[in-house]
Amino acid sequence: MADMKVAAYICQGCGLGERLDTAGLAKVAQKEGKAAVVKEHPFLCNAEGVAMIRNDIDNEAVTHVMVAACSRRAKTEAFGFTDVAVSRANLREGVIWVRPDDEASRETTQEMAADYVRMGCAEVKKMKLPAGNAATATNRRVLVVGGGISGMTAALEASKAGYQVVLVEKGAALGGWAAKLYKRSPSRSPYADPQDTGVDEMIAAISADSNIKVYTNSITSKTEGAPGRFKVDISQESGATVTEEVGSIIQATGFTLYDANKLPELGYGKSANVVDQGGLEALAKAANGGPIKRPSDGGEVKSVVFVQCAGQRDETGTHLPYCSGSCCLTSVKQAMYFKDNNPDIDTVVVYTDLRMPGNGEDFYRSGQNKGVTFTKGKVSSVEATGNTCKVNFQDLILNEQTAIENADLVVLATGQVANSGVDVDAKLKAEIAAAAGDSTLLDAYNASQAEGAVKPISVLNLTYRQGPDVPQLKYGFTDSHFICFPYETRRTGIYSAGPVRRPMDIVQATEDATGAAMKAIQAVENAAVGRAAHPRSGDLSYPIVRIEGCTQCKRCTVECPFGAIDEDEKRYPVFNESRCRRCGTCMGACPVRVISFENYSVDTVGSQLKAVDVPDEFSEKPRILILACENDAYPALDMAAMNREVYSAWVRVIPVRCLGSVNTIWITDALNSGYDGVMMLGCKHGDDYQCHFVKGSELASYRMSKVGDTLQGMGLEPERVQVFEAAITDIERLPKLINEYSDQIAALPPSPFKGF
Amino acid sequence: MSIEKYTRNFLKEVEERVEEGHWVKMCMQCGVCAGSCPLGAHWEHTPQKIFMMIRAGKREEVLSSDSMWMCTSCYQCIVRCPRKLPITHIMHGLAYLAKREGLAPKNQPTAQFGQLFWDNLIKTGRVNELKLSLGMYFKDGFSQGIKNAMAMQSVGMGMMKAKRLNPMEIMGGHGVKDKSGFQAMLKKARELEDGRRKLA
Repeated sequence: MADMKVAAYICQGCGLGERLDTAGLAKVAQKEGKAAVVKEHPFLCNAEGVAMIRNDIDNEAVTHVMVAACSRRAKTEAFGFTDVAVSRANLREGVIWVRPDDEASRETTQEMAADYVRMGCAEVKKMKLPAGNAATATNRRVLVVGGGISGMTAALEASKAGYQVVLVEKGAALGGWAAKLYKRSPSRSPYADPQDTGVDEMIAAISADSNIKVYTNSITSKTEGAPGRFKVDISQESGATVTEEVGSIIQATGFTLYDANKLPELGYGKSANVVDQGGLEALAKAANGGPIKRPSDGGEVKSVVFVQCAGQRDETGTHLPYCSGSCCLTSVKQAMYFKDNNPDIDTVVVYTDLRMPGNGEDFYRSGQNKGVTFTKGKVSSVEATGNTCKVNFQDLILNEQTAIENADLVVLATGQVANSGVDVDAKLKAEIAAAAGDSTLLDAYNASQAEGAVKPISVLNLTYRQGPDVPQLKYGFTDSHFICFPYETRRTGIYSAGPVRRPMDIVQATEDATGAAMKAIQAVENAAVGRAAHPRSGDLSYPIVRIEGCTQCKRCTVECPFGAIDEDEKRYPVFNESRCRRCGTCMGACPVRVISFENYSVDTVGSQLKAVDVPDEFSEKPRILILACENDAYPALDMAAMNREVYSAWVRVIPVRCLGSVNTIWITDALNSGYDGVMMLGCKHGDDYQCHFVKGSELASYRMSKVGDTLQGMGLEPERVQVFEAAITDIERLPKLINEYSDQIAALPPSPFKGF
Repeated sequence: MSIEKYTRNFLKEVEERVEEGHWVKMCMQCGVCAGSCPLGAHWEHTPQKIFMMIRAGKREEVLSSDSMWMCTSCYQCIVRCPRKLPITHIMHGLAYLAKREGLAPKNQPTAQFGQLFWDNLIKTGRVNELKLSLGMYFKDGFSQGIKNAMAMQSVGMGMMKAKRLNPMEIMGGHGVKDKSGFQAMLKKARELEDGRRKLA
């Protein structure tokens, strides 16, 4: 690479020229920023302004460009030079739009702008143009694990898009759960009657598809590698093992019905006439359109009771705490099996809330029209006597304990349990709960690890440092960013679809699988060129580790939310760049700061915060550093600026990839440089997290809880460093929060570290 | 007829014998009718409960409930029902069935007024307002009737002055032209309705 030549461009458009002394800013860029080329322009993002920068790059050997204009989130195309390092000083959204246009504010506003110019110059000098990852791999095949509706849909969709697919199914035939159904809930208008499952057609389409290679009676016994270069061992029942190379993986392993044997109070196991929904499908399949017979004696069925939420939405902690979201549809469908055959059969659905997703409301109405009786109630017990059952329940409308006598069949809607394999965080979660005083999880975990206990069977058998399966969030369903990236698991290039991700019906599973197939295709294409997946789509940087400085502390390998980092035999971290999502959590974790990205490092941020001109303690101008998550908090601040919300002139905002990437050295450096406070704005964490990198904001708040000692050591008040949760919608809240914090800091005595 | 609980027997009867009764099965128990009824607090059972009781097979309780008689036909429930059930009509239909089956609550004022109105109307084909109001005054006995009439004296005098009440109506009043034709028509209608609704 040629010698570094920094050029600073200061825009005068959008009111910047009127509100700020741009000549003064140019002087700052030249003298303090040490920019070799400094130019002002009345309208930098127009064709002429961009051409001016282009010309300097091409003909003046400029290698580093600092654009002092609008937010880095604006005009990304105009200033998106791909052949030089570019930094942005946010003078529009960061300064003039959040400061009042009056004489009293002029001085502080100009100081704010000057600081952002200093910061932009400092940052760009530490940046390198990402050279791209040399370790790219270009396998473009997609592996689908699970041959049910979700898996088959994913395979067919990927194939239709022109990609080769390997489909692995544990059972002897494709079809999964849907193959066990007599009919499915309707997917087409008028949503009135059960319809054929369509499984046979899908199986036929797959066997006719030369792009799809099917392994039945097979499991994935070993999965290693990274996006674009996964190597998967497929073990067949015959004992043979085949190794397939694929670029990405879709896990569509579906669900198992919650075990009705755990519900003896509802008569299961005590009478053959009490079945779960799977049991009724088997009866309906055997009857094949004819009358369904009573299992105990083959007698005529005159009355059927459907018990909703059996072992679900349980508040006692014994059974499933959640709603499976599909059993109501199934019960309506199954009641129709009887009604369509003989309208005189009494079918009563006892429910607490009917949940009819999609077009289910039409189906519900159709059920009512056909004479299915719906009764709002909670079943307490089912008593079996002879060939009939008595269903005791509380009628929730009439508010009385009552019973249905002489039911020939009772169907329990037991709900879905995800086939998600091993809970890789089980121990950690149990330990955290135990530390908080609840040892039930830990006891359960220890029991599961005891000799002779039935251990969960891994699905993918990943050779990753962090465990053999994709992580789970709650209730055993695979973890994914529910709002923004629903199919993305916490293992890059591995996607989950269908009921393994959350409980769902066939319509939703089909949609899910299609989405996951598209994501899997995107993953192989990204891997082939070394690009990051979202939220940093297209980022070519990747973590670079100065291994000679590494102390093998393993924090990066443990804390990486995506399991991207393995360990070699000497316990040094081994980075799998293609698995990396570029959040920088490893960089924030590293106590010896040997991990960095070419365009984002401890230095790029550290030099920015040090470049700020901190006024002395007599000037009554506190300085507050804000580290803002670039995914939610920073855009929220930009939007606040668009609404012309005003906030304090004491703050200097630096966007970070994720709060997880915040290295505590930045906090110490800031406090040592005389900042009066540090404010961190990150996403919500916990079970309903919104962190785009899943664990980043959680780790940050954990790390910052330990900063108190550092502050104490420096003789500083603990409130000088605070972490706040912010959402992208906090457009009005954030400026208020900043002002409150700013007032709080201004009320403290000035930092004693100023001027050192 | 004994009805097993939560079987469709009574629901079927309602579907066959009550005006708009086939809508009852479409109720989704949201409770908007119950919450919207301006007189809801004074009812023994809300429409939501009445519909649930029909499904539960509580024939006696439904038909002897005073709820249907408390409906003032304000139509708030119909306007708000998300399932578009003609609740007001069903209520009146249920009231009629209850009355014909002899299960309607005794001495229910609305029922009494209804009977007076009907008896008054079918005599001449027109409502004799004087007789109707006097009938109401004296329904609870002679001395109560005098008290009622005294209390309403000024209203009655005012109406007479304004020529809204003709004291001569006490003699019988005027009726429709073809009284016997009118009565034959009513008889036929009742015959048809009774056949259709299986009412004896």
